[in-house]
Amino acid sequence: MRIEKEDVEKLAHLARLEFTGAELDAMVNDFDKMLGFVQRIQTLDLEGIEPLVYLNEEGQPLREDRPSEPMEPAEALRNSENSDGGYFRVPRVL
Amino acid sequence: MSDSQDLSAFEPVIGLEVHIQLNTRSKAYSADPAGYGERPNSMVGPISLGHPGTLPVVNRAVVESAIRLGLACGCTLRERNEYARKNYFYADLPKGYQITQHTTPICTGGSIGLGAKHGGKRIALTRIHMEEDAGKSLHDLDPFHTLVDLNRAGVPLLEMVSEPEFTSGEEAYAYLTEVRRLVRYLDISDGNMEEGSLRCDVNISVRPKGQSAFGTKVEVKNLNSFRHVQKAIEYEFERQVTLIQSGGAVQQQTRTWDSVQGMTQVLRSKEEAHDYRYFPEPDLPPVYVGPGWIEQVRTQMPALPEARIERYTVDWGLSPYDASVLVEDKAMADYFEHLVALHNRPKACANVLNTQIRAYLNQNGVELSEYPVVPERLAALLECIESGSLSHSAAFQKILPLMESGQTAHPLSIAEAEGLLQDRDEDRLRPIVLEVLEAYPAKVEEYLGGKKGLLGLFMGEVMKRSGGKADPQLSSRLVQEALEAQRKS
Repeated sequence: MRIEKEDVEKLAHLARLEFTGAELDAMVNDFDKMLGFVQRIQTLDLEGIEPLVYLNEEGQPLREDRPSEPMEPAEALRNSENSDGGYFRVPRVL
Repeated sequence: MSDSQDLSAFEPVIGLEVHIQLNTRSKAYSADPAGYGERPNSMVGPISLGHPGTLPVVNRAVVESAIRLGLACGCTLRERNEYARKNYFYADLPKGYQITQHTTPICTGGSIGLGAKHGGKRIALTRIHMEEDAGKSLHDLDPFHTLVDLNRAGVPLLEMVSEPEFTSGEEAYAYLTEVRRLVRYLDISDGNMEEGSLRCDVNISVRPKGQSAFGTKVEVKNLNSFRHVQKAIEYEFERQVTLIQSGGAVQQQTRTWDSVQGMTQVLRSKEEAHDYRYFPEPDLPPVYVGPGWIEQVRTQMPALPEARIERYTVDWGLSPYDASVLVEDKAMADYFEHLVALHNRPKACANVLNTQIRAYLNQNGVELSEYPVVPERLAALLECIESGSLSHSAAFQKILPLMESGQTAHPLSIAEAEGLLQDRDEDRLRPIVLEVLEAYPAKVEEYLGGKKGLLGLFMGEVMKRSGGKADPQLSSRLVQEALEAQRKS
């Protein structure tokens, strides 16, 4: 399977990224290499082998429903470039 | 739109997706507090904010809420629960993905009953799974920007997906009513649709009656009341049928409900549909829900509305209407059962709750938890009526209001102080009865001649002359005895 420019453009759109022509060509090239690597793995005979999803099958310890002290709003907004009245302010979405 | 004759050749196929916001104290995957109506961005921490390097941990209460709901709906519970990432970019989703369950929902199967009004029809459930909410975007506070509050980001949700088994907006309304009642009984959510604790998306298609293949499906979002869900379904059914009948075809779309104009409008088309690229959440190992845990939750389950209606009607002889009104609110049903345990006259108990107490709550705009008369004291009052010490009207029109206003003495003591005790002293009542009969000799003749209806007249006179205190049952017997004695003489 080969990756096409359109595939990369679609992924870029989903990730809200934009590439210029040269960047796009470079991305197509990189994706192609990654897919080629996966294709090599797929040549292995994996008949009867369950896919490995979790390294730890013990299950996770659960947290009791006790709230912790939240951050101060000013602290929460500290890394934001743009805020207003305690809100994060972002480019208009609708 | 078209008239109903055109519509009758078609039927809608409707499924509902309901998001239930849980009432846990902390969030689904972090210990950040979960709360409603707080200052913006005051209920957050590094995990809610999606900061790099943070790790989620599952809140036990979320899994337990899912088990409760699953048991209540008769679902099959999954032992090994995996989590997945649902990827999309939006300003109020700081991580860029939602942690949800994809291929392994905790509950599968089960059903929700629509109640007696719909012939006991049940809607089958496809699944219930655990996930988290996004933050809130505000688009109307700033003309050029969107403002984001992440307090809600990470608040736990259960998503309940039904099979496409609804055939009308009314059925959808009944289903949502039952879901709300259920989550309140189970105490897993406040179930308030206006505040967003319950959110509903509708999937609807239409097909000619008798056709088994489904038509093209439209999803309707932004429905923030039960009434809107019902109206949106009715609107979409007509829109889709009219479209087909005029030679058009339904487009696969996501639409939004415009409650001001009373119509649905396109939100996005199939081409713009999301591509969520689900994959297993590497930060969360599976959560195991073993039989021991399920049994432990089962023993703590409250009696559910359907089971209570059954008991009230079959065992206690209430009408289906009285029973359904009582179970509408869990606090009311609990109060009722407490009262019946103290005063074993279910019908009398139901009447006082559905009439006098409901009137008090409505007039004062308070919840039952704020009602000032506890079941023990109300039972004592009902006992006084039952034994004949108090008349029905004195008890409810005079004594109960005094108890509601804070008088804590025994109802009998209050009645005595107010001079409202019923007179059941035969030696005092008999002379009054004779006095009345002497005053109306002509009427006595008529009565003895067969005009039994005159008994009421004599009774009224006895009540008047006793200052309203004569025990009606006793007086009635004394009047009849005196009349019969005259016949013999």
